[in-house]
Parts: sequence; structure tokens; C-alpha cells
Amino acid sequence: MPGITREEVAHLARLARLELKDEELDHFAGQLDDIIGAVARVSDVADEDVPPTSHPLPLTNVMRPDEVRPSLTPEQALSGAPAQEQQRFKVPQILGEE
Amino acid sequence: MTHSSDLTRLTAAETAARIASGRASAVEVAEAHLARIEAVDEKVHAFLHVDREGALARARTVDAKRSRGERLGPLAGVPLALKDIFTTEGMPTTVGSKILESWIPPYDATLTKRLKDADVVILGKTNMDEFAMGSSTENSAYGPTGNPWDLTRIPGGSGGGSSAALASYQAPLAIGTDTGGSIRQPAAVTGTVGVKPTYGAVSRYGMVAFSSSLDQGGPCARTVLDAALLHEAIAGHDPLDSTSVDAPVPPVVEAARNGDVKGLRVGVVREFAGEGYQAGVMQRFNESVELLRELGAEIVEISCPSFDKALAAYYLIAPSECSSNLARFDAMRYGLRAGDDGTRSAEEVTSLTREAGFGPEVKRRIMLGTYALSSGYYDAYYGSAQKVRTLIKRDFDAAFGKVDVLVSPTTPTTAFPIGERADDPMAMYLADLCTIPSNLAGNAAMSLPCGLAPEDGLPVGLQIIAPAMADDRLYRVGAAVEAAYHARWGHPLLEEAPSL
Repeated sequence: MPGITREEVAHLARLARLELKDEELDHFAGQLDDIIGAVARVSDVADEDVPPTSHPLPLTNVMRPDEVRPSLTPEQALSGAPAQEQQRFKVPQILGEE
Repeated sequence: MTHSSDLTRLTAAETAARIASGRASAVEVAEAHLARIEAVDEKVHAFLHVDREGALARARTVDAKRSRGERLGPLAGVPLALKDIFTTEGMPTTVGSKILESWIPPYDATLTKRLKDADVVILGKTNMDEFAMGSSTENSAYGPTGNPWDLTRIPGGSGGGSSAALASYQAPLAIGTDTGGSIRQPAAVTGTVGVKPTYGAVSRYGMVAFSSSLDQGGPCARTVLDAALLHEAIAGHDPLDSTSVDAPVPPVVEAARNGDVKGLRVGVVREFAGEGYQAGVMQRFNESVELLRELGAEIVEISCPSFDKALAAYYLIAPSECSSNLARFDAMRYGLRAGDDGTRSAEEVTSLTREAGFGPEVKRRIMLGTYALSSGYYDAYYGSAQKVRTLIKRDFDAAFGKVDVLVSPTTPTTAFPIGERADDPMAMYLADLCTIPSNLAGNAAMSLPCGLAPEDGLPVGLQIIAPAMADDRLYRVGAAVEAAYHARWGHPLLEEAPSL
């Protein structure tokens, strides 16, 4: 298994939307390398003919009746919003400037 | 030393009986616990938020019901400490994280609602490792909690606030959540009782998600019967949680009232021993096995060869699910928003907010999960971990073909000093060695006190593991062990804890 580099940590942080500081990159690189080294032993079973288990319960497509029932009011739904306007979540710009 | 006059020393069952019979009012009980919190929690730091007014209002409701002659439920008026991972309408829910520091949820979790429906008096919200990631409560953004047995040591984690509240008599009942041991390991190191019910037994609706295929809420208490009473109050099918088990709750209270192990086949897992296990922990565990034999159980040695890969599989599966679950903290709809100065894009604000709002362990696990799920590594890591999960399930199935329950130490060591493993993630992860297999397989498990380790005088936990949907076996065995130990010691273990 490959070791994990500072550059890889920076890439993972970008994918995970974490604006890590330089000193965090160094610190996490060593720790993640240790952890990945320790958990890599699961790949001993990679070639075994064993079905994967993703969940302890064998449930699929759990349905409930399609009924109208009480839900949050707009005020409640927006009550934790960092910013709001006209009964909507107000967010920073999501498209580039012209 | 007896404290029968002190309302904070009673069990939940005794408290409910006193209130129902009018020997104490619910308000008196609530006030006694609020006074205890006031007196000791500055030292312990079990609570992140105390809801004095809400608790007294609920207690007054219970007293009013009684005076009207209404029938009270089995836990009516009993105070409870709620882990700060369950949403509470109008009361802060931080999950031990800065990212939810000022969030007031607009709705109650199903568990919160059930507690209120049962007339349980919620005293407040307890400290925890951030997003339930940790085994020491040191990962809380709001500072660590002390173990009432020795305030310089950890109370376990992630539910260290709940276990410490019980062990310091700030509440007779508490709620925890167990993803890899976060109910059982804190119970073990504080000399209290904690149960991880069968996966799906307690609704996850309104429980902030960490690893959805592993997370399970459950009861924490000072006695087996109290845990059973709480188990019965919170368990049951919930249409709002699609992974909730649609089946009757096993008869846990009846089992707790009828402790018995005669003729029971008890398996000792060979793999839960050896390097890393403290001598005093193994000594108390071996004595417990002997006790079970004396009480009439048949002891069988069991091998579960895949358990040695459980920790590795867990630290791939849990971070993978966490990296996905925690993507919802994007600074747009609720929680912290940082760096929004009008010049930055939404994506930049999201990244700055997550950097500012998450602590180191949460960041580590998000990145580990992102790595395990990324293309090129997925099959080797996440895919293999899921295969290990199948093998662990098969080990349990084979074991439960031979025995009724399994036993092990709950955790390899007693409570370690605060700070000792704080920046050594792999050392911290070893605390969950014996608890993790049950999360991966989804079966039920309990920890209860089995004595103090001779070398440090700190509590040791005995873990009992039962098949899925056989949670009542935990209580039947646990009650028998508890009664035998109380008879041997002459009192509950917690009476040996130093007074604060």
C-alpha cells in the first residue's frame, strides 16, 4: 500500500472542503499514514469470495404511507439559517462574476 | 455509608416509586439533582447545558398529574441526562462541536419525544467527543469531562458526559449512543451500566448522524433494572427512521427482574485477551467467568478468528460513512458560517467554515473516509472492510449456534489519564477493541461493573453480548451478575468512589 504524502492530504482536504492550514497538512500526513498502515490489513480478504455487508439489517425500499402530516413551518425551517431573505436561505455567490 | 435520605442516591426505579406513592414530589427530586449539578459539575463538567426551568416545569406537570389521580408511567418524574447528540426543540444541540455552537433545533428527536411522553425529566445535555468520534470525551470542543473516580482521568467516550453524570450522582439515568463502544466503554471506566441495543431498536430520527450503519442510541444507568426501564421507554419502531426494526421490543424489564444464568451457555471469546490487556482487567474478568460458572452457567471457549480485523474494518467503514454524513455541514442552512465577507464564493465559505468548525479528530476521519472511498482505493479499503464485516457476522452466527451469550472485558484497560492518548489516534482507537465487533454485526451488548483493578483501584467493565433481537438475555445475565456482586461486595461498586 502506498504511503500518504502531504500533497495527497492537501488533495483529500480539497475534496472534503476543508481549508487546512499548512501545519495541519504536515501533522495529518503522518497520522493518516499511520492509520492507513494499520487498517490496510483488511485487504488480506480482498480476493476472498465473500459478499460485502453494507448494513446490519437486510432491509430494502422501506416505505411509509404517502400521507400529509405536520412538518416544520418556514420560520422553523429557517430558524438556524446563517442568513435568510424573503423566506429563503441566503447563500454566498455560487457562480463566478461576469 | 448510607445515603437513603439523599434523593440523588436513589435508583431510577426507587425514585419513580417514591414519586408515585407521594413520598417525594417530582419537583423535590428535580431540585435535589439540580442542586447536585450546581455543587459538583464545575469539577466534573458532565453537562454542556442545564435546562433548570424546563426540568422544573416537567416535574410540576408530573406532580399535577399525580394530584389529579392520573396513572404515572414507570419513569415519571425521574431525572435524566441527555447526550448532546439528540435534537431537543428549543434547547441547544451542539454534538460537542463548534460548528453547531449556537444551533437551537426546531424539532425533537424521536427519542427526546419518547422521554417526554414517558414524563422523564430532562435535566440537560451532556458532554461528548465531537460528533461522537472518540473514546475519552477529550475531543469535545467544549473541554474534557473528568472521571468521578479520579478527575484527572477520562470518563470514556464518546458519551463521557453521560457516564460521568451517573457516576457523580447528577442523574440516575442517561442516554448514550454507541457507534463503536461509546455507551459501553464509558460505562466500563466509570463503574456504571450501559447497553447498546440491537441495531435499529432505538430510532435514529433526530440523532445527529456519524456512521449510519453503526450508530445506535441506548440506555445508561447505575443498575441493570434502571437500564431496562429506560430501554423499554425509548425502544420501538419509528416510521421516521427507515432502518428502525419493526418488531416488538424484547421483554427487557421482565428479564432484569428475573436475573438467572442457570443452564445458560456462556462463551468466552479467545481473541479478546493477550497483548494490550491490563492484568487487573483480565483478573476481574476471569473472576466474573468463575462467578457465572458458580451461578450455574456452562462456560464454553469460543474462537472468532475474524475479530482481529474488526478494528481495521471499523476505521474504514465509520470514517467513510462520516465523510458522507458530515457533508451536510456546508454553512448554508444551519450551523456556523465563517469567512463570508461578500467576496468569497459559497464553496470557499464552506471550506473555511468546516476548517473553523471541526476539530482535529473529525477532520482526520473525514479525510480518512474520503481516502477510503476515492477511486483506486475503494475496492482495497472500503470494499474489503465490507467483506470483513460479513466474516465477523459469520463468526457471531457460528458462536451463537453454540452459546446463548458471549462475555469479554468491555475495554482492555481502566480509565487512562486525560492527555495520555489525545494526539495518538491509533492508541485511542484500541479502547474499542472488544466493543466494535457488535457494532459491525448489529447485535446487542451490555457493560456492567465487575470490580476494581487491583493495580489502580479503577472500575472494570464486564461485557455481555447477545444475538440481535435477544436484548433481554443481556438483562437476564446482567441482573444475575449484578445481584451476585452486590451480595459479595455488600454494596454497589459506585459506593467506593471518592466523594466529590
